[in-house]
Amino acid sequence: MQTELWNDAAGGFHPVSAPDFLPAARLEEVQLRRLRAVVARAFEHVPLFRQRLEKRGLTPEAIGSLADIARLPFTVKTDLRDTYPFGLFASPMGDVVRLHASSGTTGKPIVVAYTREDVDVWAEVMARTFAACGLHRGDILQNAFGYGLFTGGLGAHYGAEALGATVIPVSGGNTERQLMVLRDFGVSALCCTPSYFVHLIERAKDVGVDLKDLPLRVGVFGAEPWSDAMRQHIESEAGVRAYDIYGLSEIIGPGVASECAAQDGLHVFEDHFYPEIIDPDTGASLPDGEEGELVLTTLSKKAMPMIRYRTRDITRIISEPCVCGRTLRRIRRIGRRSDDMIIIRGVNVFPSQVEAALLQVEGTLPHYRIILTRERGLDQMAVEVEVTPEVFSDKIRALEEVRARLAQAIEQICGIRVDLRLVEPRTIERSEGKARRVIDQRNL
Amino acid sequence: MKLQQLSLFLENRPGRLGAPLEAIAAQGINLMTLSLADTAQFGILRLIVREWEQARQVLEKAGWVVNLTEVVAVDVLDRPGGLAQALKVLESAGLNIEYMYAFSLRRGDKAILIFRFEDPDQAIAVLTAAGLHVVDAEELFSHVA
Repeated sequence: MQTELWNDAAGGFHPVSAPDFLPAARLEEVQLRRLRAVVARAFEHVPLFRQRLEKRGLTPEAIGSLADIARLPFTVKTDLRDTYPFGLFASPMGDVVRLHASSGTTGKPIVVAYTREDVDVWAEVMARTFAACGLHRGDILQNAFGYGLFTGGLGAHYGAEALGATVIPVSGGNTERQLMVLRDFGVSALCCTPSYFVHLIERAKDVGVDLKDLPLRVGVFGAEPWSDAMRQHIESEAGVRAYDIYGLSEIIGPGVASECAAQDGLHVFEDHFYPEIIDPDTGASLPDGEEGELVLTTLSKKAMPMIRYRTRDITRIISEPCVCGRTLRRIRRIGRRSDDMIIIRGVNVFPSQVEAALLQVEGTLPHYRIILTRERGLDQMAVEVEVTPEVFSDKIRALEEVRARLAQAIEQICGIRVDLRLVEPRTIERSEGKARRVIDQRNL
Repeated sequence: MKLQQLSLFLENRPGRLGAPLEAIAAQGINLMTLSLADTAQFGILRLIVREWEQARQVLEKAGWVVNLTEVVAVDVLDRPGGLAQALKVLESAGLNIEYMYAFSLRRGDKAILIFRFEDPDQAIAVLTAAGLHVVDAEELFSHVA
């Protein structure tokens, strides 16, 4: 592929983006063919999926049209936990070239797998993501997503390379070094979580660097929800175009959907990931345009096919044509979830994890609440715990030890540092019915 | 020989100290003495009162977590070196003080030292053997009768 003829600043089009512009009828053909293949693959290789289909008296032949997908059972996050670590794999380990992991709901991580082909598809959809965000050969991308078990770093890395951009694999954290690279390496694009970029903006100010004076042109942000207000702030403070991208490890990582120059919804790469919207309470399918929970099916995944995976993210599908010309349907930016998962600095945290940690230390569950704030662009999580007679002591040192043990247990289970505060009994508001465990003051 | 001390958990923010003290005062309970230990985030209020059972009930009913601890009171002469003499006895016996506080009596020339030990009975034996005077509740509160 002679990308140099296509993919420079003047040309602005990479052939990898071609599927973005498939005519709808052709796209549906591809989707149906791939759907039938992936359902057959999961049926053959994943016992859990096979049992569920057989229980309903279904075989893969039941898929005659795309609409038949609604007959298939859902997959949920706890399925990954219950089959930990490798129970949903559809490929033998000999064909698996990569494993990633992310936090689960109760401390056990979930593990995801990729074959060689899966890694190539991932690079392709991330290349299409960066292309949709206006990147091309010659761009210098500072990749500040974490490299490691988290899918963000490596996912973005291979995608940007596939596009022909220059990648600086700086990974997450170490703000001083980020600023040095940003200032000295001629960086034209940067990807990280939006909250971390706001933090970078503030720290740049502290050291007298105005990001608007740098060649930085594009910011690609994902792994946590952010608002349009935050986008405006980022764009005016840093002089960049800020794009929202979407993905989740269970499906592939980043690269499921991306904004384009129109910044008006995220195009789902639906030749690989088939989107549906359902009513989160009844599970019933909803038509395009209606708000509900996003359900995704991997159409081409080999190592770990996900059939009708419930993302818990609330959005709606936009099927109207986009001004950019892409025929891929879009989803509205994710603002909330149908469960209580919190995304903080790209890490998924469930209140149930915090409860498990408190229970582990105290033996009984004290009243608690989680308070999320954003300080200088960085998300902070505080946990307030009411002091109980069981842990209270007349000695300061003993109480400090309790506090440290609680904080440590939460850190171990959630993988995130917390500010643990002991508070007086009966000071945390009791509500009738479901307790309000999470106070989010971040103004997302 | 031991005294009952009430401890309360308080958050370290304005106004938190007043409420429990008012609740006790409303019952006509007088404070013999108190001490406040604090960190940046929270504090522990320790109280010595004659009617400790009643005070404890009132405080717990109002929602505070109350801890009951046995402490040891020693009286010393209210003059330079009074405390040092008692400390020397404890030190030579190898007894560790968890914490302590002190106050002077309005009448007489005595100061009262309140000690929290891991093993109060052992401490009382050591102090008494060294000729120091351990004050029990009856005697202590007779000073304010």
